[in-house]
Amino acid sequence: MELTTVWFVIIAFLWIGYFFLEGFDFGVGILLPVLGRDDTERRVLINTIGPVWDGNEVWLLVAGGATFAAFPEWYATLFSGFYLPLLAILLALIVRGVAFEYRGKKDDVRWRRRWDQAIFWGSLVPAVLWGVAFANIVRGVPLDDNHEYAGSLLDLVNPYALLGGLVTLALFVLHGAVFLALKTTGEVRERASRVASVVVAAAIAAGGLFLLLTQLQYGKPVTWLTVAVAAAGLVGAALANTRGREGWAFIGTGTAIVAAVVTLFLALYPNVMPSTIPGNSLTTTNAAATPYTLTIMTVVAVIFTPLVLLYQGWTYWVFRKRIGVAHIPQEPTQSTPSRELVS
Amino acid sequence: MDPLDIARWQFGITTVYHFLFVPLTIGLSALVAGLETAWIRTGKVAYLRATKFWGKLFLINFAMGVVTGIVQEFQFGMNWSEYSRFVGDIFGAPLAIEGLLAFFMESTFLGLWIFGWDKLPKKLHAACMWMVALGTTLSAYFILAANSWMQHPVGYRINEATGRAELTDFVAVLTNSTMLTTFPHTIAASYLTAGLFIVGISAWHLARGKHVEVFRPSLKMALVVTLIASLGVAVSGDLQGKLMTEQQPMKMAAAEALYETEQPAAFSLFTVGTLDGSEEVFSVRVPKVLSFLATGDFDGKVEGINDLQAAAQETYGPGDYRPIIPVTYWTFRLMVGIGFLTAGLALVGLWLIRRGRLPKNRWVWRIGVLSLALPFIANSVGWIFTEMGRQPWAVYGVLKTSASLSPGVTAASMLISLIALTVLYGVLAVIEAGLMVRFAKQGPPTEAEVLPDSDTAKDDSDRALTFAY
Repeated sequence: MELTTVWFVIIAFLWIGYFFLEGFDFGVGILLPVLGRDDTERRVLINTIGPVWDGNEVWLLVAGGATFAAFPEWYATLFSGFYLPLLAILLALIVRGVAFEYRGKKDDVRWRRRWDQAIFWGSLVPAVLWGVAFANIVRGVPLDDNHEYAGSLLDLVNPYALLGGLVTLALFVLHGAVFLALKTTGEVRERASRVASVVVAAAIAAGGLFLLLTQLQYGKPVTWLTVAVAAAGLVGAALANTRGREGWAFIGTGTAIVAAVVTLFLALYPNVMPSTIPGNSLTTTNAAATPYTLTIMTVVAVIFTPLVLLYQGWTYWVFRKRIGVAHIPQEPTQSTPSRELVS
Repeated sequence: MDPLDIARWQFGITTVYHFLFVPLTIGLSALVAGLETAWIRTGKVAYLRATKFWGKLFLINFAMGVVTGIVQEFQFGMNWSEYSRFVGDIFGAPLAIEGLLAFFMESTFLGLWIFGWDKLPKKLHAACMWMVALGTTLSAYFILAANSWMQHPVGYRINEATGRAELTDFVAVLTNSTMLTTFPHTIAASYLTAGLFIVGISAWHLARGKHVEVFRPSLKMALVVTLIASLGVAVSGDLQGKLMTEQQPMKMAAAEALYETEQPAAFSLFTVGTLDGSEEVFSVRVPKVLSFLATGDFDGKVEGINDLQAAAQETYGPGDYRPIIPVTYWTFRLMVGIGFLTAGLALVGLWLIRRGRLPKNRWVWRIGVLSLALPFIANSVGWIFTEMGRQPWAVYGVLKTSASLSPGVTAASMLISLIALTVLYGVLAVIEAGLMVRFAKQGPPTEAEVLPDSDTAKDDSDRALTFAY
């Protein structure tokens, strides 16, 4: 396999990892106001992803960095072309990250309610916009002779892309609900499972339509297979969820996300950003870095990626237990206002 | 407004802001790990209380460093796409490696440390914070390798066909001479920052005679760290100065507002004159010192701005090759001045608390508290100096900043971005500072609060989490 193709696969792998992992923590953030009826319940929800959300987000940073290194032209065109949507994602991720860390730092209802809203919007905006962005990449955007984005913001707003946004939203909410059913106890767990059984229908409808459109318009013979796997994943998740097999349901939604992203990347290849202006598409060849850089990057990736997977996997093992209302400390450990008043 | 100015302001604001949190993260992670290790070794609960206290402040700071870091990686593509296209082959690699090696390590092990107090054996738990410290240091290494390449490009060639820079020697990039002095300088500055952060907060409590058993050891450790780090900053900074004279003579001349070439050259401590230093009314100068700083020889020749401008025009064609002189002159002075001041403060501080003493004079403690601000100012002006001193170049001698901008992004979009980020950063700064002050004043947890629950009747799975968001 050509090194450029290897790096196309690695970047696809990084996005798959990002959407699989941050997908469920976006879902948890969006479900926060739905599933958490009081502060303790909301803390249960947040603490299911507490130890891991930051590590999950690093997948995005590495995907971005790897694109910069392996396909500088792709990085330059994509990030400058999709300027305002990316800015919105950035702002959302900033607010969201701070919200997780600062929410519990004051025992004050208004303070917490504001951060809860920050977590909700900070999760919702990227969950929708990533779908819009990837649908637009697959659909193709106007690129000029220098591969600069030649369209406007409105070119990014089209039915196919909006459907893509709806699909990532539905998938991530479902993935999050199933994750919560797997990681919590008591009422929260039951509620999460009920929400999952509703959302799965929306995910199947929207996802099915989107992947079918993608297949007919941009697909290859092989993507029929991945579309089928994605569909099977969702149906399997629905069945497993109704039977209370939460682990299998999570594997099902995870499979659906992986297969959907694989479908998009396969539809894309060998382009990385197809242009609606003929002849100006960015491909794995004309967007790539030199073979020397790609070789160095390959060596680094081969050595360190397994290591990362190993210690991230270990984190999930350490925090494998379910969390319930009983596990949340009564007095918030972070603040003891009475002592502060004395001093 | 010119898109170039907007993009430069955004880069300046977001980068200086990001770097308020980064050095503290680098320095404090190791010191917290050190305190936890001291607790495990000695069994003294005061060390555990100190670990929890400084650890909490560390986390408030870390969150801001993480979220503002995402902007750093994205804005090269968003605002500086021509730069990204031109240097991606070289510049992208250290960035990607930074993510893979450092960011994963920091975030994953910090998650384990925060939530793992009752889940991991003590030694393994402390090891997690050491891994965080290692991750932050690795991160500094790779991002500084990328920055040093912009200061002093090595290991590359320009591909005539594509007009792009291409990597030819990755080892040269990772062992760039500029990098080898900048890395120790930045790491030393980070420990200096963490040191004075601890000094300042410890001083506040000790002045009130509170939690002495926790803050006295903290203060002593921090003063020692500050003193050693100050020396590290001075030595590495001196090496940087000599290298800068060789690699970026214009930056050295601009640091001194030295318009005419001098041999030997005097170091100006203070100047009153026209803002750009072209005409002086009054100045305090130390003879020959600049010659020594720049060349290592008291009689060395230091080239002036006017000669360098003429030479640059000859090499690179017509244009203005001078940075903004008042900025370089004053940021350089502030940075160097604070470096000497902190070394002096640490020395005096150690003398004042020798053999178990605690000074009674309130001014001692007030100065101690105020010293907390010094490293943050020095770090900011240091980067402003080194980045603005390189102008008009983005990659020194190779690519101008004006040629690095995204051609397709409108000024309106850039302005929206600049305003949105600045407003959000401003709001977050107020919130973060508020939390820092609140928890710094609250003091460490009590002995009873930190020692693990002796309630063995309950099954492990029923016990409440020792930490929850």
